[in-house]
Amino acid sequence: MSATNSGSAYSFELKDMNVYYSDKLAVDSVTLSIQARKITAFIGPSGCGKSTVLRALNRMNDLIPGAKVTGDVRFMGRNLYDPNVDPVEVRRRIGMVFQKPNPFPKSIYDNVAYGPRLLGIRQKSTLDDIVENSLKSAFLWDEVKGDLKKSGLALSGGQQQRLCIARTIAVEPEVILMDEPCSALDPIATQAIEDLMLELVKKYTIVIVTHNMGQAQRVSDFTAFYSIRKAAEADGIERRWGLLVEYAPTEQLFSRPTSEETERYIRGEFG
Amino acid sequence: MSAVEVPNTQPIDGRLLAGAEFTRQLAARQRRGRLWARFFSLSTVVAVVALITLLLSIINDAFGFVISTYRVDPTTLAPDGNLELLSNEELAALLPERRLGAYLRDNLSVVPPTEFPSVPLGQALPGAILPPGVAEKTFAETTVEERRSILANNLNVDLLASLVELDVVSEDVRETYTLIESLFERDRIEREYEEKFGGASATDTVKYFRSWLSLDFITAPQASSPEVAGIRTAILGTVWIMAITVVFSFIVGVGAAIYLEEYATGNNPLERFIETNIRNLAGVPSIIYGLLGLAVFVRVLEGITQGRTILSASLTMGLLVLPVIIINAQEALRAVPSSLREASFGLGATRWQTILRTVLPSAMPGILTGTILAMSRAIGETAPLIVIGASTTIFVDPSSVVSKFTALPIQIYDWTRRPQDDFRSIAAAGILVLLVLLIGLNATAIILRQRIRRSLQS
Ligand SMILES: Nc1ncnc2c1ncn2[C@@H]1O[C@H](COP(=O)(O)OP(=O)(O)OP(=O)(O)O)[C@@H](O)[C@H]1O
Ligand SMILES: [Mg+2]
Repeated sequence: MSATNSGSAYSFELKDMNVYYSDKLAVDSVTLSIQARKITAFIGPSGCGKSTVLRALNRMNDLIPGAKVTGDVRFMGRNLYDPNVDPVEVRRRIGMVFQKPNPFPKSIYDNVAYGPRLLGIRQKSTLDDIVENSLKSAFLWDEVKGDLKKSGLALSGGQQQRLCIARTIAVEPEVILMDEPCSALDPIATQAIEDLMLELVKKYTIVIVTHNMGQAQRVSDFTAFYSIRKAAEADGIERRWGLLVEYAPTEQLFSRPTSEETERYIRGEFG
Repeated sequence: MSAVEVPNTQPIDGRLLAGAEFTRQLAARQRRGRLWARFFSLSTVVAVVALITLLLSIINDAFGFVISTYRVDPTTLAPDGNLELLSNEELAALLPERRLGAYLRDNLSVVPPTEFPSVPLGQALPGAILPPGVAEKTFAETTVEERRSILANNLNVDLLASLVELDVVSEDVRETYTLIESLFERDRIEREYEEKFGGASATDTVKYFRSWLSLDFITAPQASSPEVAGIRTAILGTVWIMAITVVFSFIVGVGAAIYLEEYATGNNPLERFIETNIRNLAGVPSIIYGLLGLAVFVRVLEGITQGRTILSASLTMGLLVLPVIIINAQEALRAVPSSLREASFGLGATRWQTILRTVLPSAMPGILTGTILAMSRAIGETAPLIVIGASTTIFVDPSSVVSKFTALPIQIYDWTRRPQDDFRSIAAAGILVLLVLLIGLNATAIILRQRIRRSLQS
C-alpha cells in the first residue's frame, strides 16, 4: 500500500489518519506518503472521501464546524495538527485550487495580488512583477496582459481556473492541492491545465483529485484509489465511510492493480 | 441523457394520464395558472391604487385657494410686501412693544421661563450681544429701545421677519380650499369670497392660490401660526438625528453581525439566545424603545446626553433600528458564497483579512440596502420621539448634538392634531417634504449599491 521510495523527500506522511464530520467517521485510517515534486492523483467513487483527505492536507477542514482530524499528519516531517502550528501559515505553504473556479469579484490583477498583499507587500513594482510572473507560470499572461483591470469573473471557465492557479502560485507555496480542477472545463481547457501541471511539478508538489482515469494516467506519477465501506447500524441507518484501498505508482496501479476492487473501478465496473 | 418526447397518445403505464384525458387535465392546470396570475396582477393594482390615492390626498391638501385677512397690509411695511428686504433694526422696530419680553424669553433665554423676569440679562442671555450696561439689569429695568436693540443684534433676519409676519402683518387664513375644489369649484369659491368677505373690493382681504409647500415653507423656522410656520427647524432636527443614528447603528449593527456570522460558532447557548432575541427585538413596538430611551438616555445618562436632546433621540432611534440592521447585515454576510471565503483562506489569509478584503466588500451592497431600509423606518418614527420629549415649540435651529429638537414626524403629527383647515394644509406640505427626503434617501442607497456592485463586477 505504500509507494516505492525513489529516494526523494516526502512532502506528506500520513499515518492512520481519520477524519470525522461531527463525530461521524468520514475517512478511516489513511496511511500514505506523498512524494515531493511529483503529481499524486486521488481517484475513487463519489463520496469516498477524496476531497476530505485533500482538505485535511492544508487544514481547510478547520473551517467546517465539527470537522475533526485524528492520527498522524506530517508535512515536511512536522506535525500539521500540532497546536503550535498556525493554519494560516499552513495554507500559505500549501495552496489549493478548487473544483469550481472561484476568482474574487475583483480585477485579474487584484486576484493575483491578493495573496502577496496579505503578506504585506505594498510596493507597486514588486506586485507588478509577481502578477506578471504568476500569470506567465499559469500560461494565462498572453491572453490577459492587455487588460489586467478586467474582472476575473469576465474570463472563460478555463481562464478562470488558470487565474486561480496563478493566484495560488503568487504566494509561492510548496504544494498545490487541486480538487477536480478540470471538472467544469471543456477538453481544450483541460488540456491546457494538464500541460500546466506537468510544467508546475518541476517546482511544486501537486496532489490532484480527479474522476477522469485518463487524466490520472496522463499526468500523475502516483495514484491513490479510495473506496467506500458500508455497514448497517442497529437502528437500520446505513453508515458509510471511505478508506484508502491501494496506492502505487500510476503506471503500476493501472496495469497491475493488486486489489480486485481497484481493477473493477479502473475498468469502469464499479458499483 | 437526450431529450425525451412526451407521449401524448399512448399511456406508458396505467398510472399516467394520456390522450384526451391528458389534454383536458392540462387545460384545467393552465386555467388554474391563469387565475393565479390574474390574482397577482390584481394585488399589484390594489397596491398601486392605494399608493396613488394616498399621494393625491396629500397633494390635494397641500395646494389650493386661500382667503386671508391682514391686520397690517404688508405692502405698507416693505416694497412688494417682502419683509426680507428690511434690515434687522427696521424689523425689530416694527415688532409690537408688549411682545418684546416674550421674544427674548422664547428665543434667547437659557433660564427657566418663570425665572426670566427676575434674573439679570447677562445671566439669562449668556453670549448675547447686549447694549452697554444692560447685562446687570433685569428685563423689567430695560428700556424699550434696549430691548429692540438686543433682538436686532441677536436674532437672525429670517426669524425677525417671521415674527413681524406673525404679530404685525398677522395674516389670518380664513378659508382654505383643496386643490380639487380650487380646480373644479372656482365659481363657488368666488361666490363665498363675495358673500362672506366682500370680494375684491375689500381692502384687508385677499384671495390667492397658495402653494403651502414652498421655498418659504422649507426655509422658515417653526412658528405657532400656520401662515408663517416653516419646517426648517424640523428638517434640521431630523437630519441631525438621522446622521447620528446611522453612524451609531451602522457601526454597532454591522459589528454585531460580523461577530455573529463570522466568529460565533453557533454552538454556544448564549450566542443562540442572542440570535433568537435579536429577531424578537425587531418586532418590539417602537414606543417601548421610546420608554427605554427615556429611562436610560434621558434620565440615567443625563450627564452625557443633557436630557431631552438630539443625542438622546439618536441613540434611542439607533437602538430601534439596530435589530433590523443586524438581521439584514447577517443575511448579506451569509449570502457571500463560501467558495470566496475558502479562496481567501486558501491563500493564507487570516480570518480578519478574509472578512475585510473579501466578505465585507461582497456583502456591502446588501448591508447598505438593509441600513437604508432601517433609516427609512426611523425617519418616520414618531412615537419614540414623543416619549423622549421632542418639543413642538422649538423655534430655533439645532446647533449641536445636545440641542433640544423637533423633527419632521413630530411636527406633522402636531399639525394634524389641530382642528383648523390651514394646519391640515401645512401638515400635508410637511408630509410631502418627508416623502421627498425619504425618496432621496432611497435613491442614494440605490446609486451607492449600484456603484459598489459595478466596482465588484468589473
Ligand atoms: N462539510 C461536511 N459536513 C458533513 N459531512 C461531509 C462534509 N463534507 C463531506 N462530508 C461527507 O464526507 C464524505 C466524503 O465526502 P467527500 O466530499 O470527501 O467525497 P469525495 O470523494 O470528494 O466525493 P466527490 O467525488 O463526489 O467529490 C461524504 O459521505 C460526505 O457526505
Ligand atoms: Mg470531492
